[in-house]
Amino acid sequence: MNALAALFAREFSLAFGRGGGPLLACGFYAGTAVMMPLAEGSDPARLAAVAVGAAFATLALASLISLERLFERDFEDGALDLLTLGPPGLAVVSAVKCAAQWLATGLPLAIIAPFVAISLGAPPAVGPLIGVASLLAGLGFSFIGGVGAALALGTRRGGVLIAVIVLPLFTPLIVFGAGAVEAFQGGLEAGPPLALLAAYTLCTCALTPFAMAAACRNALS
Amino acid sequence: MTENAMRLTGVKLDAVTLSRGARRLVADVHLTLSAGELMSVTGANGVGKTSLIRAIAGLLAPDSGAICFFGGAGALDPEAVRAEQVHLLAHQDGLKSTRTVRDELAFWTQWLGGRKGVDGAIDALSLSALLDLDVRKLSAGQRRRLALARLVAAPRRLWLLDEPMAPLDTPTRQRFAAVMDRHLKDGGIIIAAVHDPLPLAGRTLQLERAP
Repeated sequence: MNALAALFAREFSLAFGRGGGPLLACGFYAGTAVMMPLAEGSDPARLAAVAVGAAFATLALASLISLERLFERDFEDGALDLLTLGPPGLAVVSAVKCAAQWLATGLPLAIIAPFVAISLGAPPAVGPLIGVASLLAGLGFSFIGGVGAALALGTRRGGVLIAVIVLPLFTPLIVFGAGAVEAFQGGLEAGPPLALLAAYTLCTCALTPFAMAAACRNALS
Repeated sequence: MTENAMRLTGVKLDAVTLSRGARRLVADVHLTLSAGELMSVTGANGVGKTSLIRAIAGLLAPDSGAICFFGGAGALDPEAVRAEQVHLLAHQDGLKSTRTVRDELAFWTQWLGGRKGVDGAIDALSLSALLDLDVRKLSAGQRRRLALARLVAAPRRLWLLDEPMAPLDTPTRQRFAAVMDRHLKDGGIIIAAVHDPLPLAGRTLQLERAP
């Protein structure tokens, strides 16, 4: 357990430096959100109608930033070889790496997500719900993204490959995440879509580490 | 099984054949090593020394043949042996350039199951003056000393070394030879891919290009 805590701490500190870390992801998120009013026109009513959806779609794109380096650096510098020689095994290593990635970039993104949506015109009352949904979706983004990052090991232009592999799997997270907020806005219960979001996220947390471990083993051999 | 029965006391390679892609590297390697033995693996560049070492570490699956580990009570589970009793030292050392020597040594020692060995390892490879430096500031030899310190800090029975001495200066070579000697006397096993012969008594496996 101690070794896993040490791995988590190491991964977390590396994630802050990896590909620009949380600042770059947050900057990208804010930047793409600013594009929305420029592209859509500045009519507040029109913007408010798409605010939540746009906030979630851009959140998914921002989560892709820095995923490319999740396994690649360890693969290139030999750390992945040595990580396989520890008692916990590669699936647990992968899960810890994704969890650290979530804490390092998913959490900062979830913190600014309500501000992005509100600045686009969403009512301030939905802010907390957007934060919770973004945090849950972010966990799913990290774990699904990890599969893409592991599959792209050893390829050139891995970042593009990751996006192509991963974006279709992001769809349920966006549908349920934005759906929960829209249900709440429409006077319905936000609970059921939020529960579906949590279920999908937990499912990815349980299953994807094995896929990541298999992809890493394949790249190492 | 008791811990003693789980201790690795032998390694056996039985007709191991390896290839990388379509290229056959080594064919039909037989090898038996028991506690306290050193095997130097030699051969031309690209003949498959590194691949053989990676295969024993479980990172590369052999095309055919078997790699077996033995303890006091017979054959051991290879997964468990690799997770607890195998050290790998390769060209890519897994050290992160932005972290300090102290952090990296502490992390890898913990990961590889060492508890109190860090201080001894710092002494054995004279790292005490380097502890607060970032890994990127180390010379090739200093960096290798840090990688070797992991072997001392976390006690594991089988050392798989790929060119361990290459970037080291003469005094450090002597120091590390003493470290290897102590490991063998404690009943450890070393398999080392080398070009220059090691300053220790041991057997040699000469790899030939596969037909």
